[in-house]
Amino acid sequence: MELSEEKKENMYRNMLRIRQFERKVDQFISRGDITGTTHLYIGQEAVAVGAVNALEKEDYISSTHRGHGHSIAKGSDIKEMMAELFGKSTGACKGKGGSLHIIDTETHNLGANGIVGGGIPIAVGAALAMDMQEKDEVILNFFSDGAMNQGAFHEAANLASTWNLPVVFVCENNQYGMSTSVEKAFNIKDLAARAKAYNIPGVKIDGNKVLEVYDAVKEGVKRAREGGGPSLIVAETYRWKGHSKSDAKVYRSKEEEQAWKDRDPIAHFEEELKNEGLLDDDKVKKIHEEVDSEIEKAVTFAQDSPYPAKKELFDDVYVDAEVEL
Amino acid sequence: MRTLTGREAVREALTEEMKRDEKVFLLGEDIGVYGGAFGVTAGMIDEFGEKRVRDTPISEAAIAGAAVGASLVGMRPVAEMMFMDFITIASDQIMNQGAKIHYMFGGQLNAPFVLRMPAGAAEAGAQHTQSLEALLYHIPGLKVVMPSTPYDLKGLLKTAIRDDNPVMFIEHKKGYGEKGEVPEEEYTIPFGKADIKREGKDVTIIATSHMVYKALNAAEELEKKGVDAEVLDPRTLVPLDMESIVKSVSKTGKVVIVHEAHRRGGIGGDIAARISDSDAFYYLEKPIKRVTGPNTPVPFSPVLESEFIPNEEKIIEAVLKITD
Repeated sequence: MELSEEKKENMYRNMLRIRQFERKVDQFISRGDITGTTHLYIGQEAVAVGAVNALEKEDYISSTHRGHGHSIAKGSDIKEMMAELFGKSTGACKGKGGSLHIIDTETHNLGANGIVGGGIPIAVGAALAMDMQEKDEVILNFFSDGAMNQGAFHEAANLASTWNLPVVFVCENNQYGMSTSVEKAFNIKDLAARAKAYNIPGVKIDGNKVLEVYDAVKEGVKRAREGGGPSLIVAETYRWKGHSKSDAKVYRSKEEEQAWKDRDPIAHFEEELKNEGLLDDDKVKKIHEEVDSEIEKAVTFAQDSPYPAKKELFDDVYVDAEVEL
Repeated sequence: MRTLTGREAVREALTEEMKRDEKVFLLGEDIGVYGGAFGVTAGMIDEFGEKRVRDTPISEAAIAGAAVGASLVGMRPVAEMMFMDFITIASDQIMNQGAKIHYMFGGQLNAPFVLRMPAGAAEAGAQHTQSLEALLYHIPGLKVVMPSTPYDLKGLLKTAIRDDNPVMFIEHKKGYGEKGEVPEEEYTIPFGKADIKREGKDVTIIATSHMVYKALNAAEELEKKGVDAEVLDPRTLVPLDMESIVKSVSKTGKVVIVHEAHRRGGIGGDIAARISDSDAFYYLEKPIKRVTGPNTPVPFSPVLESEFIPNEEKIIEAVLKITD
């Protein structure tokens, strides 16, 4: 299906929203205004935005430790996200989750996950529930090259295939699991080849091209929705920043980084849209200003929000039951 | 009143809850035509079909993970770990995922699933016999249920299935064959309510799971020796009914805690500490004693295994040490 102009512009805006959000987070992290660590999505924006736009609103996603981009793409309120990163009570998880556990049930986002590969069996379980309830929905499960070497991936992919469940596996191959390159961690070049082991379709795509991601995921979603079962999409991309705050990136060269930055997914899409006449410099400038202003508002909201009351430590351990002291 | 075995009681609870709520379904290894490794789900696939009694591959992480995930989107899965020992293979899904979902997501999601798991020594060596409740007891967000009798198994399992939290339901293999009275009428047993299985005034024996039977036998023998033992079965470890424990200990002034799990880091240590922290401390006349499995793996040889498992003799010995 051809994407409407409005939708394309919105995809561009969302990619930019992710990048600018992450840049802002990066600043706050390095200044220590946000404590702890975070895993930035800069460079991978085309995957989240392309994939999520191939879904219907009611469809689900589940995300990873590098999950801000997925949440923004699915339509989460960035004010609540920023507040969560600041550990504030107005945050998406009331300050309980932080960067690793952002969630938004309203947008059918089952949440980020601090354990590499840990979300895959859960996504398959969610797909099982949809199947058993004969719902029309599907779930899109994001994970990474690193997760593909977890046993959980194998168990879950096998189960999803054997039970023919409506899940689309989207592996973001950003070339490194922390410092370990895919060359060191796999003895195959094409990670999508693993799909054969589960008798499901597997395709490797350019994860820096948002429309290519969109098309591939659209097909996987259609297949899942029509009862055709799971599929695996491996989106080749690159994380521009280090794995997390502490990463000095000693394991890769500046040249390699630059080569990927030259393939900037946002610049690429911007150029495409300009060639199509959908964007011009003025429009781009306007979108930038709007996005930046939105992020500033999120920052202000986060900074002005209160921290949780100390007693909230004890809330939400159980549903309808107090934690024993 | 009619009697049922523990196995039948669990099956009846599952059957009734599946009839009551179409969102309840079972998944696990060989639970379908095979009927489960211990025959608990025998015949259920005929009644409910293979969609609701789902045989899985040997993939414990996927079984537990699928239970977590399905529970997030409107279902009420009851997953079986063929042996409790296998929770170690599924531990990420249980301890990092299911247990934490409600809390780390700020209450946005809850995970109402049940994991049933046969525990306890039963002639199978080191990897099919463990009582690992302390691992689960340690993790915030899980409820941990450890029933003894058929009556408790049924009533507590029905409550577990209706609970909105992840519930770890530990069944002792030797409890499957034990018989007990189970009413025909519908009933449930609330969590956090200990059951005084035998009233007494001289000593409180706190016993879990299959150890309740041994504690009751020991109490009979002790009576002949002039010791009137109270046997308290906590039934649920999380939540733990400290009120009943404090009350009983305040009455008897003496405590023996009995569990099959290893002593080091076992729940007996924590129960003892909680008694010491409570008002019951002032009523204690003697040190708190524990009768537990030793800090060894469970051995195979029947001679060694029976040396491992706490028995009536050891319970009596511990009681007499503080009552003589």
